[in-house]
Amino acid sequence: MESRSNFRTPVSQQAHVIEKPKDTSTIGGMVAIEINEKKVSVPFGTTILEACKMNGISVPTLCHHEDLCVAGVCRICVVEVEGMKTLQASCAFPITNPIKIKTSSPMVRKARRHVIDLLLSEHYGECYSCFRNGKCELQNLAKEYGVDNYTFGHVTKPRYEIDNSSYSVIRDMSKCILCKRCVRTCIDLQEVGVLEAVNRGHETKISTFLDKPLLDVICINCGQCINRCPTAALRANDPSDEIWAAIDDPTKHVVIQTAPSPRAAICEEFGMEPGHSLTKELNTALRRIGFDKVFDTNTTADLTIIEEGTELILRLYKAIVKKESVALPQFTSCSPGWVKFLEHYYPEYIDNLSSAKSPQQMFGALIKTFYAKKAGIDPENIVSVAVMPCSAKKFECNRPEMNSSGYKDVDYGLTTRELARMIKEAGINLPEMPKSDFDSPFGEASGAGLIFGATGGVMEAAIRTVYEFITGNKIEDAFEKAEVKPVRGFEGIRYVELPLGEKFGPVPDILKHFIPNWDWLKGVTLKVAVAHGTANAKKIMDDIKAGGKFSECHFIEFMACPGGCLGGGGQPIPTTPEIRKKRAEAIYAEDESLEIRKAHENPNVVKLYEEFLTDGPCGHISHKLLHTHYTKRGRYIA
Amino acid sequence: MKNKREGKVIFSPYERGDAVKKVVAISREDVLFELRESILKGRGGAGFPTATKWTLVSAAISDEKFVVCNADEGEPGTFKDRILLLEYPELIFDGMVVAGYTIGAKKGIVYLRGEYEYMLKSLEDYLGEMRKDNLLGENICGKIGFNFDITIRLGSGAYVCGEETALIESLEGNRGEARNRPPYPVNTGYLGKPTTVNNVETFAAVSHIITKGGSWFAKFGTDKSTGAKLFSVSGDCEKPGVYELPWGTTINELLEIVGAKNTKAVQVGGASGICIPKSQFNRKLGYEDAATGGSIIIFNESRNMLHILKNFMEFFVEESCGQCTPCRIGNVKLLEGIEMIENNNYTFSYLNHLKELGKTMQVASKCGLGQSSPNAFLSILENFKDEIFNNGGNNGK
Ligand SMILES: Cc1cc2nc3c(=O)[nH]c(=O)nc-3n(C[C@H](O)[C@H](O)[C@H](O)COP(=O)(O)O)c2cc1C
Ligand code: SF4
Ligand code: SF4
Ligand code: SF4
Ligand code: FES
Repeated sequence: MESRSNFRTPVSQQAHVIEKPKDTSTIGGMVAIEINEKKVSVPFGTTILEACKMNGISVPTLCHHEDLCVAGVCRICVVEVEGMKTLQASCAFPITNPIKIKTSSPMVRKARRHVIDLLLSEHYGECYSCFRNGKCELQNLAKEYGVDNYTFGHVTKPRYEIDNSSYSVIRDMSKCILCKRCVRTCIDLQEVGVLEAVNRGHETKISTFLDKPLLDVICINCGQCINRCPTAALRANDPSDEIWAAIDDPTKHVVIQTAPSPRAAICEEFGMEPGHSLTKELNTALRRIGFDKVFDTNTTADLTIIEEGTELILRLYKAIVKKESVALPQFTSCSPGWVKFLEHYYPEYIDNLSSAKSPQQMFGALIKTFYAKKAGIDPENIVSVAVMPCSAKKFECNRPEMNSSGYKDVDYGLTTRELARMIKEAGINLPEMPKSDFDSPFGEASGAGLIFGATGGVMEAAIRTVYEFITGNKIEDAFEKAEVKPVRGFEGIRYVELPLGEKFGPVPDILKHFIPNWDWLKGVTLKVAVAHGTANAKKIMDDIKAGGKFSECHFIEFMACPGGCLGGGGQPIPTTPEIRKKRAEAIYAEDESLEIRKAHENPNVVKLYEEFLTDGPCGHISHKLLHTHYTKRGRYIA
Repeated sequence: MKNKREGKVIFSPYERGDAVKKVVAISREDVLFELRESILKGRGGAGFPTATKWTLVSAAISDEKFVVCNADEGEPGTFKDRILLLEYPELIFDGMVVAGYTIGAKKGIVYLRGEYEYMLKSLEDYLGEMRKDNLLGENICGKIGFNFDITIRLGSGAYVCGEETALIESLEGNRGEARNRPPYPVNTGYLGKPTTVNNVETFAAVSHIITKGGSWFAKFGTDKSTGAKLFSVSGDCEKPGVYELPWGTTINELLEIVGAKNTKAVQVGGASGICIPKSQFNRKLGYEDAATGGSIIIFNESRNMLHILKNFMEFFVEESCGQCTPCRIGNVKLLEGIEMIENNNYTFSYLNHLKELGKTMQVASKCGLGQSSPNAFLSILENFKDEIFNNGGNNGK
């Protein structure tokens, strides 16, 4: 278990961490215990729950979540510990002495059944009319424990009004079981702190500041709370009805772009193990559902790299050569949760955000301009859908400035979960679909755009391109198989230095009108960093504020969600470190299998600059369509 | 302002500073020895041996430790800590200094019930005098290196904040919610540091034990419940108030002393305690039999036991902190059950479900509040079933 000292959550919601010995072979490093009369030994400080798991004994949990600190509040995980008068919450009990545990004694079974019965008595709604049907942890427990009646009754009226003010997250507190996973997520993982328990006793509920609608508080729409809610109390704002209506409307031309993370995770919704990309199967399924065109978001991810990379080079040039004051480090801007986080908490740094739009929004602008013209379709009749791993993308496409095509650039942001449901509704078993390619004119994109899905991916993609632009050498010379390993992984914050050396290549054509040569970069060491989860972002921002080492960085990738987009708030539930790792492996494997793995080598992107964005990256056309601006929101609520 | 109160132990003669002056001349081990001899158990309700608690805190390795005095006195029917705070502050504060000396703490905190705010000024003044007399501050009573001071913090009215870990949360500025245990406050208490939390009366007893000896203390009471106890007596009697009586006193004896007549039931231990019927009035007050943190509420024949029970359950529904399932929802279900009986709209099979639920709450709740809240429900329904159900013979379906 990692150290909890950085968490802000009150200690009441934490297990005090007993440090496990590094070397369990030292005296006292292991503790001999008995579980259900079986003798086993576990490292000092292991929780009973972990010990049970290690020994193949399953103990039910509700408030426990692998990503979060311990709460110990639902009491479903109780076990008997010999010599103790009361039952103990196994998730919160660190083993420090030789104890004897019973995980399924009559008292334990009765207590668990009571906990389920009590929760059901207050849990409004019927399972068959619930979108979490079959995926609800409460329902699963009821099934596991053979609940066949409501021992203590069942509410027939909702207790609270549904809050559907937010573009991203809908809160139906009548279904809440007060496990506080969302609270711990928002406070600990995201350091946003929108949600907290208020009131006492039976009046306790999860509330926002002054019970305001979610739209009006500083929620960053990351949806991480949704991913960790065991019930249907939290869900994303689902546009699938509107999308079906558009598909069924013959006058509408419905196009869809698919991001890499949903493709790497949607298999989980179809009963497969995590870690298989179903990109090409998905293309077929989407066409069968009735989408007119299927595009690859990676195309505009590649475009993002060119635009954002150019922007970075320009900022550096201005700072180093022209001695102008420019905002550095440059921050990535493709994670709308992160963007809103910065707008609220660090509004004084909005100039550091790259003005490049996210791939979703770039694509939206291109579809209703470039594509509409090319295909001869009135943009008025185009309905543009984006399949994203993200709930914040729903908010992003509704930002008022996102209409540079003259229309709403992206009409709907659809999550992985919602798309899976649409596919199932259409009677399609995705894994069995034949494979097919993306539609022209955008076609397939590079592996650089693809790895945007994993934390560190944007940085790696940028390095692949910027390094080649500047040095004129192949990235493979510096990093084997073009894998920029130092920026990969799940460490919360990564920091990497890349010396640029003394020898430079020619300035590529698309940049020639900005800079004459690379000589000004002689001796410069490129300093970059990566952070995922806004709690980590906060650490970097506070370091920058204090003038620490991150303030010396040139470029920093921030992703709002732990793990990056592959852990986004629209991804299949459950989410665990293990599952996220598998998704990352799927993404990196797909990248490795591709021929083209650098954004600037994507022929469709090259063509775009030739045919449409004719004044080059960061030029006028690109500025109009592909770049945006931000709002200083501040952290106070009106 | 000091009344002359009668008692051989807590109310026995004592001068401010006696215990402090004595303690600085002996070693920590000696203090712990005396405490062990005294067999003193915590006066806050749970009855945990004080010597053990202090031994654990003093053995814990840490740069900082804390002594916390639990003066939240929230249990319905308890007001004995109020008397100590008003009339015997020297016993409490000296006891805290002894604790600081024993466990190696520099700081003591009194968590004072919000409703006792009116005492704040006089208590602060009292601490000021102690500082003047070098009973607090640096090198206390000339003991080089023994520094200890006390601050008073006001609670804000939730019953659960009397529970020691919720109290610590409250001190840290968080919602008053009980923590997960183990590990216990003796290792990870206030600010994560080793902390002893003790009841007001426990500290008072310590002051006497240090001045008069552990074996002197153990002479009073019973083998398992040594010393004397303050009882807050209220309800149907002629002389309600605070009484010092040795442990082992029977309920009958107590009723006699306080002038109670026609008594039907005695609630021992406040809302979270148990309700004892007439047939059991020979039971002894003590940890081994009828345990209490001090609250004794007397009901005479005119009282309706179902109403009394309803009152208690309403209290718990209101006072549950709401974090854990058995207590948050369980108490509501028990209260609903009582209302069903009131409305003559119940089945025995459902009441039996509720009794089982009560037993689950006793073992599966996260803290002592939920663990003890069904006590009244279970004991009153059991001990007074004739009164409650034989209502014309037409109750129950
Ligand atoms: C709900 C609840 C309320 C409590 N309230 C008090 C209180 O008001 N005063 C008190 O001294 N102990 C109270 N306790 C007991 C404390 O948790 C703790 O056991 C006590 O302060 C320890 O001191 P002692 O060892 O001196 O008894 C309460 C316990 C519970 C579960
Ligand atoms: S969406 Fe993110 S910021 Fe908003 S409440 Fe959920 S976890 Fe907090
Ligand atoms: S909203 Fe969901 S995650 Fe949050 S407390 Fe309720 S059930 Fe738990
Ligand atoms: S038992 Fe009651 S008061 Fe104690 S933690 Fe649970 S809900 Fe809170
Ligand atoms: S899972 Fe352990 S108390 Fe909830």
